[in-house]
Amino acid sequence: MECSFGLTGKDYVLLCSDMSAGRSIIRMKSDENKIKTLGPHLAMAYGGEPGDTNNFAEYVERNMRLYHIRNHYPLLPEPASAWIRRTLAESIRSRHPYSVNLLLAGYDTTTTKPHLYWIDYLGTKAVVPYAAHGMGVYVSLSTMDKWWFNDMNKREGVEVLKKCVDEVKKRITINFNFNCILIDKDGIHHINIESEDPISEYEAAQPKDTVVEAPNPPLDVGVTA
Amino acid sequence: MELNGGSVVAMIGKDCVAIASDLRLGNQAVGVASNFDKVFPVNDKLYYGLPGLATDVYTLKEHLRFRVNMYRMKEEREITPKTFTHLVSSTLYEKRFGPFFIEPVVAGLPTPTELDPHPKPFISTMDTIGCITTPKDFAVAGTAADKLYGVAEGLWEPDLEPEDLFETVSQTLLNAVDRDALSGWGAVVHIITQDKVITRTLRARMD
Repeated sequence: MECSFGLTGKDYVLLCSDMSAGRSIIRMKSDENKIKTLGPHLAMAYGGEPGDTNNFAEYVERNMRLYHIRNHYPLLPEPASAWIRRTLAESIRSRHPYSVNLLLAGYDTTTTKPHLYWIDYLGTKAVVPYAAHGMGVYVSLSTMDKWWFNDMNKREGVEVLKKCVDEVKKRITINFNFNCILIDKDGIHHINIESEDPISEYEAAQPKDTVVEAPNPPLDVGVTA
Repeated sequence: MELNGGSVVAMIGKDCVAIASDLRLGNQAVGVASNFDKVFPVNDKLYYGLPGLATDVYTLKEHLRFRVNMYRMKEEREITPKTFTHLVSSTLYEKRFGPFFIEPVVAGLPTPTELDPHPKPFISTMDTIGCITTPKDFAVAGTAADKLYGVAEGLWEPDLEPEDLFETVSQTLLNAVDRDALSGWGAVVHIITQDKVITRTLRARMD
């Protein structure tokens, strides 16, 4: 009973996930953050088997951090997606596979291009302009098919995302609360998808107030060329 | 196979071969991506297609890339289509009791050698555990394999020139995947000739 979606725009990527946690028909929590920050310009929305999800997300987070410390620069979205996919692909043929589906969103600072990856628990990876996981698939994919277009600006992107959230609220019996982030050249920002004009709100709070706490900048570990 | 969908077809022509695939990646009935290429190059004379479970498509593609690069460095020459087929086959058979859910199709033109100055175009296909078949006309695989057999049987003829082969393979693929719910969403065709490879992306029905 979960629902997440993401979409890319001209120079940013949006990621949105529900915040419910519980078992079968019981919701025990409605403010659980299911989006993990993996680096200064990388984040993922994850869902699946409750214990596996957090464990896997933390495993990925720490490995991304380790790469950042060792190399003094973070892993770019494309290689990060390949590493995560490989981890899941190896896991599926092991004795205890991770049952985690995720949407990986990142902004490539070298090419200034947004990236979105649809990855499932088998290790299937799709490079997509917009995607959804969970119950949202059945309503939000068709909404994005209709309204998404190439090189949307931030306002247009958030509009499409709002349409998806509205559609989920309208067509899905379960009530979801949504948690949303935007990744652009400046990093990761929270977006309040419930508000009238989330983009103005987030622009007014610029630059540092809304920046999500990302792993620290590279440490000097005493290695010089 | 039926989880992600997808189909590949290869055909022999006159001093040329063609290999084509659809571009759909699905999650059962839901279409996820329309840019999922299943045909990959080994070199400019040899291509292969991997229809089947998408996670294994990536895993096998990367594994074969590694094995071919090792071959290239050790042997200091390019791998032939026949050798490559046996490489894929033994890679699949290694996983005999927990197979990759993939039915590969290989298509290539062997380079002329002193022993064999006029080599024939080569295609081959395998089952999930690496049992090889080397047809003289065409090879099909994927969720639309049965439909592809029917259309290919009707359209293919021997000694087609590259452009005619392109038309034949394109029509075969397009008409077969239109009858299959799990394949389609665009297609890509490669025509391999001795001096060049022609790659074309086809527009298809998006339903």
